[in-house]
Amino acid sequence: MAPVLHRAAVAFLLPVFARGRFLSAGLALALAACGPLPNDPHPLDERGQNILYSAFMERPKHLDPVQSFSEDEATFLYQIVEPPLQYHYLKRPYTLEPAVASEMPRVRYFAADGSALADASDPAKVARSVIEIHIRPGVRYAPHPAFARDERGEPRYFALTEADLADIRGPGDFAWLDSRELLANDFVYQIKRLAHPRLHSPILELMAEYLPGLKTLHGMLAEQAKAHPDAWLDLDAFPLDGVEVIDRHTYRITLDGLYPQFLYWLSMPFFGPIPPEVDRFFSQPGMASRNLTLDSWPMGTGPYMLAENDPNARMVLARNPNYRPDAYPCEGGPDDAGAGMLADCGKPLPFIDKVVFSREREAIPYWNKFLQGYYDAAGISSDNFDQAVNMGSQGEVTLSDDMAARGIRLTTAVSPSIFYMGFNMRDPLLGNAQADAAERERARLLRQAISLALDVEEHISIFLNGRGVPAMQPIPPGIFGAREGEAGINPAVYTWHDGKPRRRGIDEAKKRLAEAGWPGGRNARTGEALIVNFDTTANGMGDKAVVDWLAKQFRALGVQFVVRATDWNRFQDKLIRGSAQVFFMGWNADYPDPENLLFLLYGPQAKAGGQGNNAANYVNAEYDRLFDRMKVMPDGPGRQAVIDRMAGILRHDAPWVFWHHPKAYSLQHGWIKNRKPGDIVRNGLKYQRLDVAAREAARARWNQPARWPLVVSALLLAAFIAPAIRFWRRREQATAQGKADKGEAA
Amino acid sequence: MLAYIVRRLLYAVPILLSVNLFTFVLFFGVNSPDDIARMQLGAKYASPEAIQRWKAERGYDKPMFYNPARAGAAKFTDTLFVDKSLRMFTFEFGSADDGHDIAREIRARMGPSLAIALPTFALGLFAAIVLALLLVFFRATALDFWGVVGCVVMMSISSMFYIIGGQWLVSKTWALVPISSYAGGLDMARFLGLPVLIGVVAGLGSGTRWYRTLFLEEISRDYVRTARAKGLSELAVLFRHVLRNALIPILTGVVVVIPSLFLGSLVMESFFAIPGLGSYTIDAIRGQDFTVVRSMVFIGSALYIVGLVLTDISYTVADPRVRLG
Repeated sequence: MAPVLHRAAVAFLLPVFARGRFLSAGLALALAACGPLPNDPHPLDERGQNILYSAFMERPKHLDPVQSFSEDEATFLYQIVEPPLQYHYLKRPYTLEPAVASEMPRVRYFAADGSALADASDPAKVARSVIEIHIRPGVRYAPHPAFARDERGEPRYFALTEADLADIRGPGDFAWLDSRELLANDFVYQIKRLAHPRLHSPILELMAEYLPGLKTLHGMLAEQAKAHPDAWLDLDAFPLDGVEVIDRHTYRITLDGLYPQFLYWLSMPFFGPIPPEVDRFFSQPGMASRNLTLDSWPMGTGPYMLAENDPNARMVLARNPNYRPDAYPCEGGPDDAGAGMLADCGKPLPFIDKVVFSREREAIPYWNKFLQGYYDAAGISSDNFDQAVNMGSQGEVTLSDDMAARGIRLTTAVSPSIFYMGFNMRDPLLGNAQADAAERERARLLRQAISLALDVEEHISIFLNGRGVPAMQPIPPGIFGAREGEAGINPAVYTWHDGKPRRRGIDEAKKRLAEAGWPGGRNARTGEALIVNFDTTANGMGDKAVVDWLAKQFRALGVQFVVRATDWNRFQDKLIRGSAQVFFMGWNADYPDPENLLFLLYGPQAKAGGQGNNAANYVNAEYDRLFDRMKVMPDGPGRQAVIDRMAGILRHDAPWVFWHHPKAYSLQHGWIKNRKPGDIVRNGLKYQRLDVAAREAARARWNQPARWPLVVSALLLAAFIAPAIRFWRRREQATAQGKADKGEAA
Repeated sequence: MLAYIVRRLLYAVPILLSVNLFTFVLFFGVNSPDDIARMQLGAKYASPEAIQRWKAERGYDKPMFYNPARAGAAKFTDTLFVDKSLRMFTFEFGSADDGHDIAREIRARMGPSLAIALPTFALGLFAAIVLALLLVFFRATALDFWGVVGCVVMMSISSMFYIIGGQWLVSKTWALVPISSYAGGLDMARFLGLPVLIGVVAGLGSGTRWYRTLFLEEISRDYVRTARAKGLSELAVLFRHVLRNALIPILTGVVVVIPSLFLGSLVMESFFAIPGLGSYTIDAIRGQDFTVVRSMVFIGSALYIVGLVLTDISYTVADPRVRLG
């Protein structure tokens, strides 16, 4: 029989697992003696504990690993659910490494006749890719009531009634919690959940391209769900073609064709483990109406477990007492050793006992609490930018003196994202895809003229406080395929001058405009004015400045700029119908592979008609051919050459004005260690460490209460009340003539 | 009175139906079921098939008001409107589009909303009435003049200024209370002191001026002269007689908002991180969650109607001459 752990035992064991427990207890006692700080927003009994305080602005919508796909949710989910793979915390470019997998999966390739291929050097021959994943034995789940069994070995909580659930707010409220070993079947079960008809996984269609069995399974499950609307669907009873359990710790995935990027997906919670018992536990009647679902209470084998879920106020992650042996990395990037990022090499993870995320809706209180030391790290909003950061004349960024004096550190990193201004290639003016070659060329020159005229650097400087890197192509720096230096510039828009890129300028833009048949912004044949329509959702007060700036840029080119502001839904409709003309759009890469960015201009991904992600509806046969090739190539000079050619095509055709790659600025107090920026590494909490004593000392120093305002307020009040009372007395004692003289009254 | 209340409650049915109909038409005039599905599934990989499946599973694939594919009454009942709107008359709010139970969410958020709204309302009302009576007491003096000037100044300042200024001064500069946060139980007092104080102060200027006007109108009445002639002190005249006689206009403005206090305040709750109902509707509109929007509009309308009925009842308590019938 599996060992059973009582909740009380878990409560006792949790702090035992927490390193530094006795130190924390001593510190807490010392702090209690100092007295509480009256402006401390956190519960007073948490003082001196090894707790990281952070904030979240948007409530997580989905925490079920089969549904969750937003950055807000990843902050929580990636700490709870451990997929087979993860990214190395320190290495850049991002490198995959095993998480709960015992080794990096080996991919084998097979031809259509079933014969094994030595490698995938000829993608056309690959009919199937087989990935075998071995997971570490002995990994155990965080304590959960679904695993609890009674004395006879029967599940304790699989026949719950309304009465049993009356006082239950979360899985931690059950009296008995237990765990079990992670098994290969749990991963297979979760992959089947991608096809669950009630869960609506956002990647079902995408994955079904390579795992067609998912569509078949979805059909079977949909029928079953229709026949038994409220019943639990035991996915173990349904086979999934292409996914199979080999043994307790091994499972195999067989993909149609070649899909090297699949390994990146194996680092996401979509492919994390879900035990069937937990799925069954949450499917009981009465659970969903109490928000007792996997969507609210995700669970897994990760370093943390969700201890509190109040998305309107606070989310709390507590250390998973059953977390597998895991150690801080000993290798990193070239600067990491100098920055002290390797000081904790080999130390067991996680370092922090609890992470408290508080909901902040407004930037001002969030920022002030960070300055008071009540949040350990924060981003920088535009309002606080000047207070936090000094910009040098050359664009170099340093911390302001006040921030530096507080021991605050600034980290910056270019996000794996691209923002662009798209031209609808189906538009008769700017795309003209159906017209003859001469007309298409005129449209191309017009797009290039606009690309030349729009001063992206100025936009970044004025509206983003310099927090962006001008884009030269879709791939952001740090992802394979991006090039630095002169080789990386967009020669259609920039020249290389004094070791840096320089815009060709408005004169060249005007020249290009004239070549396009619009000299001075007028049709060379008819004299008709050139009008460009900008479709946007930016209709708030803060957006007006940006729109005005854009209008000014177009005016400088001699082009009339018309703003067609609309709401998000209508904007999406326009894109889907292909009726937008010029628009802003962005993409945040799911994984650090050029395929996930260059596909944004892949013909079959056209938005109009197909609802893909190619919002510009750009089609270029050579580009598409190269994309198909590049997609399945391993990183190396060959792939780089293909990417360079693709970038060249895009720069020539200019379906986008390559705008910028955002640069994330983050501030952190000196007491938080090992925090390395990198948007792709989403499970970074386990590596971070706190110097709790330093934090407490700083908080005490920065938050000494001023008592004098209370005294002054009391005195001021008295100064008003005293004459008022005197006046009242005089008035009460006054005679009809208005005199309060005692003698006269008598 | 009972017949009157029953009649008023029956009037509420067509009002609520109309409100529901308007909400439904307005919401779906802006958001199509496809938009809602796209919002829920995320913009990245939402395929047309996935959108269709989501709509079918959530009942958004039905016609709005008339379903020609069904027979008999089902032509009208098996529609989006009946499915999504009329069920609420049984107080079945169902689940939000993200799967969370709406009734549970409202119950959980109502407490924090009330925790801030109730003391702000009660203390604000009390302070404004007392201050107004005092200004009336000191009428035609420098204190009255400067008091009115102070009120005008206070009501001219944006509530955002009070909030941001209060947080900066009291929490950041003086470090006397937390800037924002919330906790249940006794710890609540630590977090509610500042927002309640700011809420009271922000409403004091307009409240005091309004009540002062009401009281000044009463102070020149005959019964006041009679009370003074009886030898009552000025304070007794004001607080016992003038206040009571000015209650009808006060109750008209005050009682109707009492039920709505449950719904919270968007700005105060946002700045002070109070996990109340204030932002629930706005979040739902932004998230295109019709189920939540229609539930909150329904509750808001119902509470407003209840507030109006309570106002009428309160007249009978304040003034025995008023009869409901």
